[in-house]
Amino acid sequence: MELKGRIWKFGDNIDTDIIIPARYLSLTDPKALGEHCMEPIAPNFHKDAKPGDIIVAGSNFGCGSSREHAPIAILALGIPLVIAKSFARIFYRNAFNKGLALLEADIFDDVKEGETIEVDISSGTIKLGTKVVKAKPIPPFMEELIEAGGLINYLKKKLEE
Amino acid sequence: MGMTITEKILAYHSDRDVVEPGEIIEARIDLALANDITAPLSLEEFEKVGAKKVFDTEKVAFVLDHFTPNKDILSAHNCKKIREFSKKYGIKNFFEGGRCGIEHALIPEEGLVLPGDVVIGADSHTCTYGALGAFATGMGSTDITYGMVTGKIWLKVPESIKFVCYGKWQRWVTGKDLILHIIGMIGVDGALYGAMEFDGEAISDLSMDSRFTVANMAIEAGGKNGIFKVDEKTLEYIKGRSKRPYRVFESDPDGRYKEAYEIDASKIGLNVACPSLPSNVKPVEALKGVEIDQAVIGSCTNGRMEDLEIAARILKGKKVADGVRCIIIPATPKIYREALTRGFFEIFLDAGCIISPPTCGPCLGGHMGVLAKGEKAIATTNRNFIGRMGHPESEVYLSGASVAAASAIKGTISHPEEVL
Ligand code: SF4
Repeated sequence: MELKGRIWKFGDNIDTDIIIPARYLSLTDPKALGEHCMEPIAPNFHKDAKPGDIIVAGSNFGCGSSREHAPIAILALGIPLVIAKSFARIFYRNAFNKGLALLEADIFDDVKEGETIEVDISSGTIKLGTKVVKAKPIPPFMEELIEAGGLINYLKKKLEE
Repeated sequence: MGMTITEKILAYHSDRDVVEPGEIIEARIDLALANDITAPLSLEEFEKVGAKKVFDTEKVAFVLDHFTPNKDILSAHNCKKIREFSKKYGIKNFFEGGRCGIEHALIPEEGLVLPGDVVIGADSHTCTYGALGAFATGMGSTDITYGMVTGKIWLKVPESIKFVCYGKWQRWVTGKDLILHIIGMIGVDGALYGAMEFDGEAISDLSMDSRFTVANMAIEAGGKNGIFKVDEKTLEYIKGRSKRPYRVFESDPDGRYKEAYEIDASKIGLNVACPSLPSNVKPVEALKGVEIDQAVIGSCTNGRMEDLEIAARILKGKKVADGVRCIIIPATPKIYREALTRGFFEIFLDAGCIISPPTCGPCLGGHMGVLAKGEKAIATTNRNFIGRMGHPESEVYLSGASVAAASAIKGTISHPEEVL
């Protein structure tokens, strides 16, 4: 899968209380969740982000709670991919289970907010102008999950068998 | 090469003799858990896959603890959905109303987790149950749906990291001070994806309540699980609660560890994590004079009997400072009752504290104790992220019960010896 998008930069340890504050957790409608995405540190993010944009972050992105509302809120804005130096593990599972792609690569200091990058998710290749960076490969099982269309479709298939 | 306790539990639950860190396995689960915030998403997915039943009606638990007693119409609606689902599918462990407590205090108390279990919960602090020598880890709602339907879950076997504690604990120091010390030392991603194993003579000296506190915050160092050896204290704790057989696993002496830390317990004092990361740890003495508006003693980290006992010892005959709200939240109905019969409520009420029903409440800025712009709280909870307890410009300091109680009396962050 190839993606091209505008960059939004967020730093280290972006926790799930930033991605979607707890007071909105009664909401289950993705669109409503998206309207509060990153609210504590970037109140206008939900208005300024455009479908296809890409988040680039530092280490430990998604740390904190297990709320699946976090990848749902990001996806609701049409953001298909987050690239970070590292991800917190529950967020990592949730994102793949929900169909939000994640790549682990340390490109934070090499990119500017607003510039465009090209990414090939399957091979993990990230093009920054003339430079090419290789992200850590996605484990084969996660690829299987993405191919199945997320964990729920994977389970559906299993139940039908 | 030997195996660690975490590896042994995962091998047993995937019918294998050996598992290696990094491998992806499918493990049988003994319990799948969700709460009033995470269960609604699980149930939506459950309907989507067209499942007809849960894998075992005894091995699914729903605890309505976060936004309850319902804070608004939406949260009431979500609870209603879970209630109806539980009835329809015959879920045995559905907790609400007067039977409900904060899930990670309630589930062990009810004997629903036993040594050697594999437990998954749609809540990051599910790792708390590692205190009982079980493998327990937090996941998202979709994973829980998968577990509820199949009785299994995919897992990557984590690398283990060992924390060996020796020496004697100082007065007032509890599990909270140890885990804050560790998070301060290794950082909020210091144990990323890893199994944090706690061992050593000083760990044996910790009470069960303190062990739950330590395991609870493994996630705050990025850990997948925290785990303790099963000893007499563990067996004593589960006596009278366990209703099914269980297995005790133990790490081999030649088990492999990614890292091993030695910690001198006698060097650990009372710790406080400053805004806005749990790793921003300072000794309480360094925060003298920091004014607070609210003190919270509760949560799945420190809302147990040990914590209330400490709070009562400090608050006895004292008054909460003018302008400070001190909210005390016994974590479960049993703890609530015991605190009441032991006379703690009178002490707390005389001091001017607010006693809340068992709920997560202010811990996640949900309701009952939300902070205004610019306010500061000291809390025995586990997260002090930006806006965690209310307005993005409010601040949370994390500590054990003794510092929170002493600070409530002084109105500034204080060591218990300053008020006694
Ligand atoms: S008390 Fe706080 S940390 Fe614990 S389960 Fe409730 S909201 Fe989560």
